[in-house]
Amino acid sequence: MKKPKVLILRTAGTNCDIETATAFRMAGAAPELVHVGELAGKKKSVFDYAILAIPGGFSYGDDVAAGRILANEIKSRVKDLRGFVRSGRPVIGICNGFQVLVKAGLLPQTPSGEQTASLTFNDSNRFETRWVRLRINLQSQSLFTKDLPEMIELPVAHGEGKFVVKSPKVLEALKKSRSILMQYVNEEGKFSSYPYNPNGSLFNIAAITNPVGNCLGMMPHPERYVTRYHHPNWTRQTFCKEGVGLEIFRNAVKYVLN
Amino acid sequence: MTTATKSSPAVNGSANGSHDPAEPVWAAWSTLSAKALADLDAAHGWSLNAEELAAIQAFFKKLKREPSHAEIETLAQTWSEHCKHKTFTSAILYKEGRVTKRFKNLLKETIKEPTRKLKKTWCLSVFEDNAGIIALDKKWALAFKVETHNHPCAVEPYGGAETGVGGVIRDVLGAGLGAKPVMNTDVFCFCPPDYEGELPEGTLHPRRTMMSVVDGVRDYGNRMGIPTAAGAIWFDEAYKTNPLVFVGTVGLMPKSAVKKSVQPGDLIVAVGGRTGRDGLHGATFSSASIDDNTSTSAVQVGHAIVEKRLLDALLNARDKGLYRGLTDCGAGGFSSAIGEMAALSGRSGGARVRLESARLKTTDLSPWEIWVSESQERMVLAVPPKNLKALEAVFELEGSGVRVLGEFTNTGRLEVSFEEETLVDLELKFLHDGLPTRERTARFDLPSKSSPKRVKRSSDRMKVAEILHWSLGNLNVCSREWVIRQYDHEVLGGTVIKPLHGLHHDAPGDAPVWWPGAVTGEVDNFRGFSVGHGLNPEYGKLDPYAMALCAVDEALGNLACVGADPTKAALLDNFCWGDVDDPAQLGGLVRAALGCRDAALGFQTPFISGKDSLYNVFTDAKGRKHSIPGTLLISAIAPVHDIRKAVTMDFKAPNNPIFLVGATGEDFGGSLYEQWKRTPQGSVPLPDLKKAKKTLWTLSAAIQKGLALSAHNLSEGGLAVAAAEMSFAGEVSAHLDLDGVQRSNDVLDNVSILFSESPSRFLVEVSAENEKAFVKAMRGVSNCRIGSTIANPVLRVTALDGRRLIEESLHALKRSWQAPLPRMLDGDTAADGRNA
Repeated sequence: MKKPKVLILRTAGTNCDIETATAFRMAGAAPELVHVGELAGKKKSVFDYAILAIPGGFSYGDDVAAGRILANEIKSRVKDLRGFVRSGRPVIGICNGFQVLVKAGLLPQTPSGEQTASLTFNDSNRFETRWVRLRINLQSQSLFTKDLPEMIELPVAHGEGKFVVKSPKVLEALKKSRSILMQYVNEEGKFSSYPYNPNGSLFNIAAITNPVGNCLGMMPHPERYVTRYHHPNWTRQTFCKEGVGLEIFRNAVKYVLN
Repeated sequence: MTTATKSSPAVNGSANGSHDPAEPVWAAWSTLSAKALADLDAAHGWSLNAEELAAIQAFFKKLKREPSHAEIETLAQTWSEHCKHKTFTSAILYKEGRVTKRFKNLLKETIKEPTRKLKKTWCLSVFEDNAGIIALDKKWALAFKVETHNHPCAVEPYGGAETGVGGVIRDVLGAGLGAKPVMNTDVFCFCPPDYEGELPEGTLHPRRTMMSVVDGVRDYGNRMGIPTAAGAIWFDEAYKTNPLVFVGTVGLMPKSAVKKSVQPGDLIVAVGGRTGRDGLHGATFSSASIDDNTSTSAVQVGHAIVEKRLLDALLNARDKGLYRGLTDCGAGGFSSAIGEMAALSGRSGGARVRLESARLKTTDLSPWEIWVSESQERMVLAVPPKNLKALEAVFELEGSGVRVLGEFTNTGRLEVSFEEETLVDLELKFLHDGLPTRERTARFDLPSKSSPKRVKRSSDRMKVAEILHWSLGNLNVCSREWVIRQYDHEVLGGTVIKPLHGLHHDAPGDAPVWWPGAVTGEVDNFRGFSVGHGLNPEYGKLDPYAMALCAVDEALGNLACVGADPTKAALLDNFCWGDVDDPAQLGGLVRAALGCRDAALGFQTPFISGKDSLYNVFTDAKGRKHSIPGTLLISAIAPVHDIRKAVTMDFKAPNNPIFLVGATGEDFGGSLYEQWKRTPQGSVPLPDLKKAKKTLWTLSAAIQKGLALSAHNLSEGGLAVAAAEMSFAGEVSAHLDLDGVQRSNDVLDNVSILFSESPSRFLVEVSAENEKAFVKAMRGVSNCRIGSTIANPVLRVTALDGRRLIEESLHALKRSWQAPLPRMLDGDTAADGRNA
């Protein structure tokens, strides 16, 4: 079977491109690192790929605000991206990639494409790396979380990850369309404050999807949990065979193969 | 346009040496008196001494011409302490008690000697490149370098720390044909952040220094996408005017990229950032002491995104084979980088540079300023002309600058011009070998060995609990989570043993383990590596030789604990010393260097690279000099044959046997217990190298065989602190019986067993079914079963006389350990445990 091609979008300051490519390769895909300049210069077309990933990092140093410059570049110079999302092919934005999707108005999805939410400075006001517990919305249409357990663990590493919305209506719309995909919870699966909610996100939101489920934006890093040896407690446990993050990439690959 | 130099080299100076910087040639230099030369040196900040100035004068007299400003600057940069390590490579007459020893070249005869003798085939590049390089497996190699950025951090801690990280990353990028940086390390020595004593005018408060340094390391390392996963912090008031900031980088490279070369005709290509006025005289500045007139313009300005573009473009160009050699622009800027590379193409070598081609940040730079500026994020490549177009395309896509500055030659000369005007025309031979050397004198007097009269120490139960809580909350033991959390220690996806261990990911690991498969894509290759540190300046105050042995012992012990193979380890040394013009301080340095030599020979572990930072001195308003305590950092790197067998330090489950490996003696000199008692407690720990090696090698083999569930290296605070840390890390406690401890005859009491800091000791948890196998594997090494893990969350210790000595809740112990840094840095008193 031909391996689906994955476009891993990168630019100055993209840092998580290589491990994201490794994750897709482990999931059975053929990832390719593509610089945004190659898309803007029409040397490559996003439609030649089955899956799009915008990895983590500090695009353009996160000057102005996290993800802002790359988001503007996509809006003005890589207009195909919107069409790619609408075509129903899998799109995943991780950490800085989530910030880019939000600031480009691709998530939360709106008819006009305007930006209605943002990811802003953590309540702690500093960059933090820690493993978090997440509850997955089993009612969501997301193709990425199919067959995942309701509770998972993943690491976060960011300074600007607090999810906020422009107006209460935006949150209502997200809830109604079952677009809130992952929420930060404590060991008992309940909403809790810092450090369980590591950044102070509204409604403990860690990840959102578009209503049809092909476009995912998430602050936690699934590519950092693709083997059991990524888990901070793997030396304590014998039950876990592989990293749960790998399932997220596998789901995307399975989806395009079907 | 620039203010450069169209005028003819007319006589424009006067006999007192005043000089118009717009003029290229320094008139009347040959006629200046020694005093006038010294005054000039002070005014220009060259940090050249009288002999060096005289040698330069004699050189130009012989040529029958006057030097240019740029030539003097080139020589000052190239001959600086920073670039040349002239103290460490000099001849030294060393007196220790009645013994006199003469070194022709201290570095060669101490640090480098074991490497030469041991001839390890897996050492691929030692001491000659920007970083040391060792083999990881058949295909891959690791480059490792640790730098210091102390002088800049004293003046401008945020910028100093950022550019320190940026610089060491470029060292690794510039090692061989370039290695991909995959892990950063950071080690700091600070004055305690809650310091309330006096500070000289112009000195930042230690709390501010610490927070700014951490911010700088975080902002640069995180933006570069390199995990900062190993490190240490040491607190001592002696660092209040001169903080120490050690930053390291490990790089991964194919073995085929280990060697570089330069050929005549290759283009000199500058890549990366532009050149500006920032960081002028950084190299010479680092050879001088700091006072309240020190200028902050000597500190460079960092810009991580420019370096990230450079990194991505460079590694891409490397994989396409577009250049033959490279080096980074560090101290001395273009002058050092091009001067160094020009000497790479063999004896003849040479370079011709046209400086007007350089990309500038500002147009008002004098040509000599362009030549020596230390603006960050720049590297120099040697590019065969046919590859230039392809190289430009690679860098253009990443948005990183490329500019041809000239070409390498075989004239044996360094020739630099600016718009047809000659700025520099120097023989490489004089530039690299012309530095006059002189013999220095050093002496060391061991403190008189008046061992204090042994008194039986009180084993009062309350007292022992108090010492334990105090030790856990001591600044040199307590949790570093406040710092570590701010670093992205997991980016690149290879950090499989993280800096924080335990059930709640918040306990002190001995060392991280890194898995290159995450970035090479070879996901079925489970080979990895680990990095460990050893540092204890408190021991150095008593005996620098013992400090060196203990540091090597600790660094290798940390590696052994996580399952790395210390028999294939390599070492880096970083000496930070005070005023080495003082024979007593230089004597301490010599003694520490001898310790490094003996430790490397004893453990059969070679040094592959190192760096020294001298003159960490503050001159106060009254002209008094304050030196830091001589501080040696040892960093060790070793392969982990199978990362799936790595071990962490947290106790795993109740009812498992606990072993103490290594013998316990009366080792209280420089210990935490001594600081608690505030009176001298005897001599400093001195590892028995033969036994230490056997202990480490044997334990490491047992751990690699999978016989240990958890292992922890005993360091500050000894057995008691290690047992407490392992217990609260795993939320599985221990019941220890001190009567089971193997000890030397002079160890009489409970306190000695609990808090002695004897080196090469480990606490190891073994499963009940593996107990026999473990004991068998450890044959020939001092070890004893001293208790078991227990489910009850209370650390229990039974005294020699059978009574219960310690019964402390893990929760309280952990709070004592966690509270200090959040309280001091955030004012977070909620995190406070009991007040010790």
